[in-house]
Amino acid sequence: MKVLVAVKRVVDYNVKVRVKADNSGVDLANVKMSMNPFCEIAVEEAVRLKEKGVATEIVAVAVGPTAAQEQLRTALALGADRAILVETGEELNSLAVAKALKAIVDKEQPQLVILGKQAIDSDNNQTGQMLAALTGYAQGTFASKVEVAGDKLNVTREIDGGLQTVALALPAIVTTDLRLNEPRYASLPNIMKAKKKPLETVTPDALGVSTASTTKTIKVEAPAARSAGVKVKSVAELVEKLKNEAKVI
Amino acid sequence: MTILVVAEHENAALAPATLNTVAAAAKIGGDVHVLVAGQNVAGIAEAAAKIAGVAKVLVADNAAYAHALPENVAPLIQELASGYTHVLAPATTNGKNILPRVAALLDVDQISEIIAVESADTFKRPIYAGNAIATVQSSAAVKVITVRTTGFDAVAAEGGSAAVESVAAAHDAGKSSFVGEELAKSDRPELTAAKIVVSGGRGMGNGDNFKHLYTLADKLGAAVGASRAAVDAGFVPNDMQVGQTGKIVAPQLYIAVGISGAIQHLAGMKDSKVIVAINKDEEAPIFQVADYGLVADLFEAVPELEKLV
Repeated sequence: MKVLVAVKRVVDYNVKVRVKADNSGVDLANVKMSMNPFCEIAVEEAVRLKEKGVATEIVAVAVGPTAAQEQLRTALALGADRAILVETGEELNSLAVAKALKAIVDKEQPQLVILGKQAIDSDNNQTGQMLAALTGYAQGTFASKVEVAGDKLNVTREIDGGLQTVALALPAIVTTDLRLNEPRYASLPNIMKAKKKPLETVTPDALGVSTASTTKTIKVEAPAARSAGVKVKSVAELVEKLKNEAKVI
Repeated sequence: MTILVVAEHENAALAPATLNTVAAAAKIGGDVHVLVAGQNVAGIAEAAAKIAGVAKVLVADNAAYAHALPENVAPLIQELASGYTHVLAPATTNGKNILPRVAALLDVDQISEIIAVESADTFKRPIYAGNAIATVQSSAAVKVITVRTTGFDAVAAEGGSAAVESVAAAHDAGKSSFVGEELAKSDRPELTAAKIVVSGGRGMGNGDNFKHLYTLADKLGAAVGASRAAVDAGFVPNDMQVGQTGKIVAPQLYIAVGISGAIQHLAGMKDSKVIVAINKDEEAPIFQVADYGLVADLFEAVPELEKLV
């Protein structure tokens, strides 16, 4: 089966972001960017499906700026066969991204689309579910285990009380949770080979996709800072303070 | 304005997250209706009708809605949504699973995990693992929103007397089916609703050592949480994880034991009223947010703490 994997370029997860002084957003100038960690897991799962002989071709897709080519090259180095960049200068909302992905799904006709469950910048956790709605496919979100069983996909999902398993008709959409797998590192020879793999660029306009949005960001602020606390010397002092000062026990 | 709140329920009981979501709806203003979708949910609908401030309860009782499969529930909400200005659900795994699907069917953006209502169309939500707060405005005809439950105080579960109306619509997409579930059993309070949370990290060393936290938690009437490191190392099941990708908690007291305090963990607990950190590394970032820090070996400090409280 053909597998489509969506990847996003985001600020690296170790970076402590700073809000811009004019409250228009967070400062991303000269900040380290990487592939979103959940997307790495999605790529890894697709590659494992190929290694098991289930997947025949892996297409990596990104919707974002020209620089997102770097993240697509990373996906190619990890084992994707080819890549498509839907290039846009704007910061798109999840629905617009889902619409762009829907256009690619229509063109490529994959049996399975794997996405991360959320991007660590917007923290939306929406795109996979929206793509499932637009395509009419079943969705297996927050997946910690994926098994292809004939024409069905068994997905074990992380839910609030534990785990839930659902069976989905293919084609289907899966979004990854952190425990789905441990992503591999790209080796140098594979990084070199990835440079020769095909990377196609399209625009939302060429796909006939509207990027209009019903939500706009008015301002972005730093969260209220917590005032520095005190260090206690002993457990007895800690208990005394919790009882008499904070009055929480 | 009329607001539809999608009720969260499990094991034939209404989940407390519904009460926080009704509170968010009350802040927006207007009539609040609650949708209870599921199978054999008459009892849950009755409980929903008693929630203070709820004007009407809609019940969609159908085998297709059992286990809240989004392929079936989302079209139901889409059908009902035309009569509403807002559709709200708690940002639980169910809410996060279903509402974006509803929003896409309605061709509107969805707003995730709001923590404050500024006005009927303007909301605040955390981004970048809680390191920035965005104020967003929606021009959507129907505003589809998930609510971070720790951002709103629960309304009273009793006192209301809403009319209960049943919804005939049956949507069965036939694309997905429930196979089974494995729920973690615990007598302790639910993590997201607990007044006190005791959490362990990699410093616990192994799963057996979590028993020290369980005995401390039982004495305090607390829930037990964990960092991702503790979950990934297999010490405890994943539904105990607190953080950006796990559960968001904001208890009166959060005791972090053997947790370094990575950005992703802080995202899940930094709105706690009082934070206590017990860690032997005095450079650990957790001490920068802790109200009370104790630099000590947790294997000595935790049993002593248990004795003294």
